[in-house]
Amino acid sequence: MNSALRRTPLYSEHARLGARLVPFAGWEMPIQYAGITEEHQAVRTRAGLFDVSHMGEILVSGSAALATVNRIITGDLERIVDGQALYTCACNEGGTILDDLIVYRRSRDELLVVCNASNRDKIAAHFSTFDSPDARIRDVSDDYALLALQGPKAFDIFEGAGGSAEIRSGLKSFHFTAASVGGVPCTAARTGYTGEDGVELFIAPERAAEVFRALLAAGQAHGIAPVGLGARDTLRLEARLSLYGNDIDETTNPLEAGLGWIVKLDKADFVGKQALVRVRDHGLSRRLVGFEMAGRGIARHGYPLCDASGAVVGVCTSGGPSPTLGTSIGLGYVPLALSEIGSELKVDCRGKHVPARVVRTPFYRRPR
Amino acid sequence: MSAAATDVKTDRKYTKDHEWALTRSGEILVGISAFAVDQLGDITLVNVDVKAGDKVEAKKAFGTVESVKTLSDLYCPVSGTVVRVNPDLEQKPELLNEDPWEKGWMIAIAPSALDAELQALLDAPAYEALLKSADH
Repeated sequence: MNSALRRTPLYSEHARLGARLVPFAGWEMPIQYAGITEEHQAVRTRAGLFDVSHMGEILVSGSAALATVNRIITGDLERIVDGQALYTCACNEGGTILDDLIVYRRSRDELLVVCNASNRDKIAAHFSTFDSPDARIRDVSDDYALLALQGPKAFDIFEGAGGSAEIRSGLKSFHFTAASVGGVPCTAARTGYTGEDGVELFIAPERAAEVFRALLAAGQAHGIAPVGLGARDTLRLEARLSLYGNDIDETTNPLEAGLGWIVKLDKADFVGKQALVRVRDHGLSRRLVGFEMAGRGIARHGYPLCDASGAVVGVCTSGGPSPTLGTSIGLGYVPLALSEIGSELKVDCRGKHVPARVVRTPFYRRPR
Repeated sequence: MSAAATDVKTDRKYTKDHEWALTRSGEILVGISAFAVDQLGDITLVNVDVKAGDKVEAKKAFGTVESVKTLSDLYCPVSGTVVRVNPDLEQKPELLNEDPWEKGWMIAIAPSALDAELQALLDAPAYEALLKSADH
């Protein structure tokens, strides 16, 4: 195993639980514990606990903090309030995506930006070009462990571990607040990457294992499972949540990726705005769509997508079996003409053309 | 890793890619080891691209196996003619997870150059050593 790989504060917990650890974005991360399908079902029907401490955190503080982050991202932090979080992205001047982010607005003077582990250095460097005396930019990734507790039983477990019941009843989606679990102070955010309700918890690294164990213990009676990156991927795909490096990257713009809702072209200037205005004015040439396989085969990242005649027209960006639906699903870019619901595609599964159909997304929506 | 995952059957030979070849009634049955299945995780699809009567060649791919997380090629351990394909795997790929050594067999081959090719395969102790050296 590569000795340069970094380990999260929960590494020994994963090892104790018998996780299979793999290199991921420079980290040694659990890809699975009991098995991807089993962990997936646990999150959909009960609850799952994820270590996502590898994610990057950048703190922006000072009197111009909000304006500075607003200059970098496509979303508008003026439209949310303190204590609220914003899913957004940072683009380059060409209007393509540097990373997708969640920005936590603690106050106008202090914002925490969570980025993908694989983009941490790039995003930290990008943000630091905006550093000023009134908006200090600091990579604080090592100050936080991050846990995600997700699933229909998430709050029963959170409360069983000593978390406040007010989070369940009072904390709205994409809001965050100070909390404590098992006596350990943390920030609880009602966010996630699974399509289920739940919380993400920012914890001091040295206390993270305590919280992790407390949640697993409280969750035992509810059928909690520790969940690795494998099921994290199948869960987010069913919920049609984008994965950077697969569905979005520096060759895709947010409008064609179906992320137009996080781009506010009517706000003041931001990086990539002019390019995105041009994209809007000229119209899209392709769109990221969801598809379901109609034949026997599994679409994978990078497989060509073809029209009915077999001509290559696009590319699959994510794909795999959907444990919840029992079918095989995928996401991919196709020309506008083939992006309508019901359009027939063929996926080139290593030379075999397997029929597929464009379907409505998300593939899975949690019952409310 | 489960204890069963490093099990090796002594009645057959192995490729470095984790296929096994078992001589039974003059035919060679081909499958993949418990270690390979364990590495793949939950198996969702077994694609055998050959049918009875097709010629196959040692070290050439004869299909793929797909799990929730990945796809892996299947390589022929020996050359010959395909006699039978396991009819159950298409509908029940999970047979591989349940029993990779018997119910999970994939194809049966009438070998054409058996003696020379069997020499080139790993016997059980050599395969076991390979698994141990690859253990990480």
